Amino acid sequence: MTRVAVIVFPGSNCDADTLAAAREAGAEAYFVWHRDTDLQQADVAILPGGFSYGDYLRSGAIARFSPVMAAVANHARAGGAVLGICNGFQILCEAGLLPGGLMRNAQLRFLSRPAWVRVERTDTPFTHLYEPGEVLELPIAHGDGRYVADDRAAAELEASGRVVWRYVRDNPNGSTNDIAGVCNAGRNVVGIMPHPERRTAPVLGGQDGARVFHSMEARHATQHAVDVRAVGDRHLRV
Amino acid sequence: MSAFRVEVRVMPRAALLDPQGQADEHALHALGFGEVARVRVGKHLVLEVKAADRDEALARARAMCDRLLANPVTEDYDLAVETGR
Repeated sequence: MTRVAVIVFPGSNCDADTLAAAREAGAEAYFVWHRDTDLQQADVAILPGGFSYGDYLRSGAIARFSPVMAAVANHARAGGAVLGICNGFQILCEAGLLPGGLMRNAQLRFLSRPAWVRVERTDTPFTHLYEPGEVLELPIAHGDGRYVADDRAAAELEASGRVVWRYVRDNPNGSTNDIAGVCNAGRNVVGIMPHPERRTAPVLGGQDGARVFHSMEARHATQHAVDVRAVGDRHLRV
Repeated sequence: MSAFRVEVRVMPRAALLDPQGQADEHALHALGFGEVARVRVGKHLVLEVKAADRDEALARARAMCDRLLANPVTEDYDLAVETGR
């Protein structure tokens, strides 16, 4: 069972949905308050959506200095999986764990509606159960969702295959290259602007987001199984 | 130690779309201020900083901007320090 720490900042409001989505996928999920400095042996850390610190100064700018973020950075540095959703994505960018930044939507309005994203990369801990090119319907709910990176950084993201999701049909917020989500060079830190945790069951209008959490759980189960086989019989494939 | 008043101006990077500035520009045009060619919207922060001298106040304020007050990916900033009181 994957141990999933859902970080709660003052102003997080998708923490309960994220916890439920992770548990639904079979993970052992629990909350970690932003003042804590211990992720309690988490395999995965998720920074949920919301409005940490009221989005004061810039979205995510103050949350990135919460005590828990040192533990999240250490976890990421050690190769641990980290997912930032919406405000969590903004915090990871502010913290420098992901490149680029998120600015005010081009149309200025706060957007709360469905959006469509194409899965560009399935070689991350949170997307490997999707098919490459699959189009997902996921809700967006953000005012500062316009992903920006300068030309060089954007070209590098494209060249290194680090755009994980891209908006299709329309670009709701004016993001660079229609980017909806990216990962770091190690591919273990992933950020997404739409909300996969809000589309995990038919009763929620669809389940296109569920495999984000199933991917994370299945990856861990596979790794664990491989570890066991490697101990039991060295000749088995790794 | 004296107190210095530091004014920080944070602006969205020139190369980036500034939708707030554009909206204000359109509104100004609609009000008849056709002479406005471009509007950009940023932030103005005023800090009271205790420091030994003006240079120290400036250096500390710069560190504050680099660390927190401005995001180097999306924003530029400049500083002005007023004489200590």
